[in-house]
Amino acid sequence: RNPGLGNPPRPTKKALKQRFLKLLPCCGPQALPSVSENSVEDEFELSTVCHRPEGLDQLQEQTKFTRKELQVLYRGFKNECPSGIVNEENFKQIYSQFFPQGDSSTYATFLFNAFDTNHDGSVSFEDFVAGLSVILRGTIDDRLNWAFNLYDLNKDGFITKEEMLDIMKSIYDMMGKYTYPALREEAPREHVESFFQKMDRNKDGVVTIEEFIESCQKDENIMRSMQLFDNVI
Amino acid sequence: MAAGVAAWLPFARAAAIGWMPVANCPMPLAPADKNKRQDELIILNVSGRRFQTWRTTLERYPDTLLGSTEKEFFFNEDTKEYFFDRDPEVFRCVLNFYRTGKLHYPRYECISAYDDELAFYGILPEIIGDCCYEEYKDRKRENAERLMDDNDSENNQESLPSLSFRQTMWRAFENPHTSTLALVFYYVTGFFIAVSVITNVVETVPCGTVPGNKELPCGERYAVAFFCLDTACVMIFTVEYLLRLFAAPSRYRFIRSVMSIIDVVAIMPYYIGLVMTNNEDVSGAFVTLRVFRVFRIFKFSRHSQGLRILGYTLKSCASELGFLLFSLTMAIIIFATVMFYAEKGSSASKFTSIPASFWYTIVTMTTLGYGDMVPKTIAGKIFGSICSLSGVLVIALPVPVIVSNFSRIYHQNQRADKRRAQKKARLARIRVAKTGSSNAYLHSKRNGLLNEALELTGSPEDEHLTKTTSLIESQHHHLLHCLEKTTNHEFIDEQMFEQNCMESSMQNYPSTRSPSLSSHPGLTTSCCSRRSKKTTHLPNSNLPATRLRSMQELSTIHIQGSEQPSLTTSRSSLNLKADDGLRPNCKGSQITTAIISIPTPPALTPEGESRPPPSSPGSTTNIPPIGSNIVKVSAL
Repeated sequence: RNPGLGNPPRPTKKALKQRFLKLLPCCGPQALPSVSENSVEDEFELSTVCHRPEGLDQLQEQTKFTRKELQVLYRGFKNECPSGIVNEENFKQIYSQFFPQGDSSTYATFLFNAFDTNHDGSVSFEDFVAGLSVILRGTIDDRLNWAFNLYDLNKDGFITKEEMLDIMKSIYDMMGKYTYPALREEAPREHVESFFQKMDRNKDGVVTIEEFIESCQKDENIMRSMQLFDNVI
Repeated sequence: MAAGVAAWLPFARAAAIGWMPVANCPMPLAPADKNKRQDELIILNVSGRRFQTWRTTLERYPDTLLGSTEKEFFFNEDTKEYFFDRDPEVFRCVLNFYRTGKLHYPRYECISAYDDELAFYGILPEIIGDCCYEEYKDRKRENAERLMDDNDSENNQESLPSLSFRQTMWRAFENPHTSTLALVFYYVTGFFIAVSVITNVVETVPCGTVPGNKELPCGERYAVAFFCLDTACVMIFTVEYLLRLFAAPSRYRFIRSVMSIIDVVAIMPYYIGLVMTNNEDVSGAFVTLRVFRVFRIFKFSRHSQGLRILGYTLKSCASELGFLLFSLTMAIIIFATVMFYAEKGSSASKFTSIPASFWYTIVTMTTLGYGDMVPKTIAGKIFGSICSLSGVLVIALPVPVIVSNFSRIYHQNQRADKRRAQKKARLARIRVAKTGSSNAYLHSKRNGLLNEALELTGSPEDEHLTKTTSLIESQHHHLLHCLEKTTNHEFIDEQMFEQNCMESSMQNYPSTRSPSLSSHPGLTTSCCSRRSKKTTHLPNSNLPATRLRSMQELSTIHIQGSEQPSLTTSRSSLNLKADDGLRPNCKGSQITTAIISIPTPPALTPEGESRPPPSSPGSTTNIPPIGSNIVKVSAL
């Protein structure tokens, strides 16, 4: 009787066979040399990139945050992104931590594109703070502008129904599977229809920035909800 | 949500701006931040090492010590910092948990110390990060095994509640070291297994000829002797099997276990042989059955731990063994086919068919090389050499896995054995530590009384006995003393207790002669009960040397010397105050204060026992070696 012996490790048959097969010359590791070299270089590159933001004074001028607020923001930013910049994967991963039930990756992508104003594939602290400054400290019009920018996926100045549908689907995705009442397939489409009903003045199938701002200003709910952002920080 | 990203919550809330314009209904109100204090630094002083962090960092986990108001208990007003008298090394991990949301387990840390610290700070160990979780679980399992071992041994050492006869027998079978009878049985069965195996082997040795020039195996020449031996062995095995069956706690499980199947297979051929001796037709089958007698050798696995480990290893490496078999089969078929076709051309080749070539392949791959089949063509020789080379490789691959498994299991067993061997020493250490502290009290008590008595007598030569005790020790002793007072019992050590127990059992008679002694008839204790830790008053008459006992207040000490000359300079004390009327008695009879002297002398009637406590301080005298005197000393 051997109590408490635990489970011996079981290298799978596959692992052993792989080991065995590696001995045969044709299946050796020289098959894909170029890819490995590239990946090594890539890793090396990423780890040496480290972005430092501009000075605190400049950021203070550019944004509407106080010095202390900037300090707090930067500390949080640097905690999650020690290298100083956020790439899309990181961004999605951070954002997903706030929505454990659903899939927030699509919406996070849209957000990323909205924050990444110079479209270089990464969000630096300046971009981050600039975006937050508009949302949290900007005027209502600024905020509405920013929201329009978010919706306008291809940045052509018009929101089409397809773009809106993508946005709507991504928002509904964040809800996840377990909702009450249960999510139906057509829900995003219906929501897009009602949105266009409200926003599209001239019924030409697209929403321009003027239409958008005008319609939002007429809507009580939207105005009130925009004021929610005053007290976030 | 991991606390590490708590700092990004404002961002997540800001990102909700994308939902506002598409929402059709109004948004709920945001929670108001009542205490919108500026974030401040907190200083945490852990054993002198200062850690600083933001208050909000700690507040991320409000159900831990640091995150809740519990830490206010540790706030030091003078230095305006939170002081914790704990290990600063482990605190580093704890604080990092607040900062990053991940709890790590440092490898160099002892698992119990780490668990203690986590429990102190109110953190559940289950949230240890994936990177360190395996290590933590492994160490925890080892620790649990160790504790379980200790507990088992403790349980075994205490007297078990009386087991039923059946359970005792089962225990004797499973652990031969528990009793001598079990050990004897163990060796006897082992001996008979060996005898049986040897007779099976020797039976077949040719043993001289009979007239007619026929060589006979010993089995046929001395048929009767071998039959008797066989019968004896089988009888022993049968008895053993039946006894085990009777004693097994779960008979059904026992019948299904491997060892019992081996037992059955070992004895079955004999009985079948008995039944079938008459029938000549099936005697061929009967002879085959005798092969199964060799399974008796597996009965040795009860006697050998190594065999058991080997069996267990093979069982646990079943998949590797299966792979080995599979790959060997593959290779055998491939090479047999190749060799067959390569040698097809040559004349008089032994490779008559592919299955016939299997034999060659196996013999070559395992590098046996009998040489009964050899290739003759050049192609055959080439493929034959490739076959032998690959054989070495294919066999060498899974073998290290099996070996390492065996080694790991074997070492685990070694560790368990080592633990068991050291257990005695470990328990002795623990026991010594425990008795050390109680002995300290007794010793100090004796010394204290000795000092007082010395003061009374004024003899300076024993001053070296005074020991300076620390404040904590003296406070502890005072506490024990108060307990003694409360219960009217005294602490003594085990030796004295047992001696007194024996004495009082012998002194049953004389004790009843002195009934008038005490005013407390009702208090008895049984000295032979298992209350070794309880304090009892016991007579001490035959104890040599400085056994001085007294109560440190108004009490009379009855000191009695014995005949031993060594007592001239010492005092042996007998307890007994009039107040404490306790006398243990193995029979539980009502004995109260009595002075009992050991050997004999009925002349020792208790004198002066029931003096009222506030007697005048008597003087102590050195007890003359002859006779016995009773001297009263009252210590104030």
